[in-house]
Amino acid sequence: MKLWRKPLDSDKIKIIRGEIHIIKDRCKGCSFCVEYCPKEVLEMSEEFNAKGYHPPYVKKPDDCVECHLCEMLCPEFSIFVTVKKEDEKPVTVASGEEQT
Amino acid sequence: MAEQKTTTGVVKPEIPEADVIHPMENLLRMDRMPHIWCSSCGIGIAVTAFTAALEKAKMDPNMVSIVSGIGCTGRVAGYVKLDSFHTTHGRPIAFGTGIRVANPNIKVVVFSGDGDLIAIGGNHFIHAARRNIDMLVVCVNNFIYAMTGGQVAPTTPLAAYATTSPYGCVEPPFNIPYLAESSGAVYVARWTALHVRRLTNSLAEALQKKGFSVVEVISPCAMYYSRINRLGDGLDMMRFYHDNVEIRHGEDTKNLDIGFQTKIICGKFVDRERPTYMERYSQWLTEVKGAKK
Repeated sequence: MKLWRKPLDSDKIKIIRGEIHIIKDRCKGCSFCVEYCPKEVLEMSEEFNAKGYHPPYVKKPDDCVECHLCEMLCPEFSIFVTVKKEDEKPVTVASGEEQT
Repeated sequence: MAEQKTTTGVVKPEIPEADVIHPMENLLRMDRMPHIWCSSCGIGIAVTAFTAALEKAKMDPNMVSIVSGIGCTGRVAGYVKLDSFHTTHGRPIAFGTGIRVANPNIKVVVFSGDGDLIAIGGNHFIHAARRNIDMLVVCVNNFIYAMTGGQVAPTTPLAAYATTSPYGCVEPPFNIPYLAESSGAVYVARWTALHVRRLTNSLAEALQKKGFSVVEVISPCAMYYSRINRLGDGLDMMRFYHDNVEIRHGEDTKNLDIGFQTKIICGKFVDRERPTYMERYSQWLTEVKGAKK
């Protein structure tokens, strides 16, 4: 998106990014998610799944803004979006017997 | 995880890793997937919208019961992880009335198709609306009897082809919102499978409404309706909805007829209050027999 000037609060606002998960073998290749993705993140792939359909693949993984429209429009419940973790810190165990 | 082979030899789809599970996993029976609906059928979208509406309306899943009849949409009862009931053809409203009367705390949701609810179950539909039984009816309208091979349904638009109308349908179709309103429904809305967010909001609103609520979901049928009428695949139907749907809230339900490839008017048409059957019944009993001692 082109802006005519830089927004004043652009350094404060952080856009939440999504991570798309596709359960390929459930897909029946209707391409609703590809058609209606507002950011055009998805594209139909050339590969076949177990049922002989072409599932989509994530073409531009960094563009997803976690709007969940593909998840809502999928008739097969085969695509869903989670919030992308920006910086993955190592998980520390708070309590438990394992720690000695 | 690799593919799992069951004893029947059916290849089960790959199960995602435990930390990333589908958000609808707690409300749908994912072991039954992939479902039987054709590619680009809109019923799956209606189910997604319904599960999202359940979460939005903060309903307790243990107190919601889904009743379905026969047909493509009748299979919904088998795919939800709620108390569900797959009943005889046309009778989901009758069975739902029984559930409602036996346990008034349960919210009954009748999820069925146009052929089941409006054709064979037409009388149950109008009489449940007349009595104002507290239930939500989700009527998925795909304009045809899809599961039996594309015969003319009471919602097939004039001049549309079907396997039993080789020269075009000559019967004027039912206008479901008008039928529901004139029979006495308290909440009537119509959306297409493309309007998922509005459909979710409408279903959430209807779930909290007391009385007979009807939400019509217009769904693309790529295998029968659009194939026989040469309207392209499901995506072309969705594009048609995108270009030809007009949202008019509060429109007079008389004007909501759907013709063959004409403009479809969507929106929330009726939202009113009427005493429900159970309220009337208990009130009448106290009038006749006196208050409970």
